[in-house]
Amino acid sequence: MFTFFHKMASPKYFYGIAGKLIPWLGAACLITTLAGLYLGLVVAPTDYQQGDSYRIIYVHVPSAWMSLFIYMVMAIAGAIGLIWHIKLAEIISISSASIGASFTFIALVTGSIWGKPMWGTWWVWDARLTSELILLFLYLGVIALYNAVEDKRTAARATSILAIVGVVNIPIIHYSVEWWNTLHQGPTVTKFDAPSIDTSMLIPLLIMAVAFKLYYAVVLLMRARCEVLARERNTQWVKKLAGTA
Amino acid sequence: MNFSEFFNMGGYAFYVWTSYGIALIVLVANLLSPIYLKRKLMTDLASKARRARQQS
Repeated sequence: MFTFFHKMASPKYFYGIAGKLIPWLGAACLITTLAGLYLGLVVAPTDYQQGDSYRIIYVHVPSAWMSLFIYMVMAIAGAIGLIWHIKLAEIISISSASIGASFTFIALVTGSIWGKPMWGTWWVWDARLTSELILLFLYLGVIALYNAVEDKRTAARATSILAIVGVVNIPIIHYSVEWWNTLHQGPTVTKFDAPSIDTSMLIPLLIMAVAFKLYYAVVLLMRARCEVLARERNTQWVKKLAGTA
Repeated sequence: MNFSEFFNMGGYAFYVWTSYGIALIVLVANLLSPIYLKRKLMTDLASKARRARQQS
């Protein structure tokens, strides 16, 4: 068992296995995305209060979930890299940053576009929106820090620490709608009661959440493969791969 | 439901389609960037190796 993990964590094996996984995950992502969009945009009924504008939920909410989920992956992988000095964990951590930043950006922008017709404003400085904006800056900080340090192992240590410190923002984002008065509505799905959303609207939302998870997996593996190549460029197997050995 | 009715989104067409459009652009860009990066890495590696061989 241990040898299996050891083998998996070696960059060379990871590169090969990730390359085999990407097409399958990509196909699954495409199918779930198309199913989710069809059910969400065509099949799901119009909301009795918000009309069809509520359909923004199918990109907004899964993106917001991903922005938190990816941050946790980034911080946990960073911690694993710090504690056990596993190169692959560092690579997973840093490769997550730009994908997380993208989902945070999407959550903020689609939220803003949804806020205009529903709240009458593009932006308010309330707890949920502000803490999510801070999350975007945390991601951008991690990316900038990583690029600023020449030695990539030192850079990964620094970004891991920044990511771990930033975890304090995650519960603030999640509970912000309960702790403070805000225009943003409370949670409708991730709460202890049954979700207060009709099943016909909930199912496409959950399918889109799965689709975004798969998308993250695909892009993460692609980015991690590039990072492995860049870091291992002086090794024999990479040279062989580039057809130069 | 016909197509123009679907596109109109009950009068919210601008908001709904802008949201989906921006999400699509960002997600596709994320997908293309590692493909481009990998190609660049490979050509860099190849040209570096060629230079090293010419010098020796």
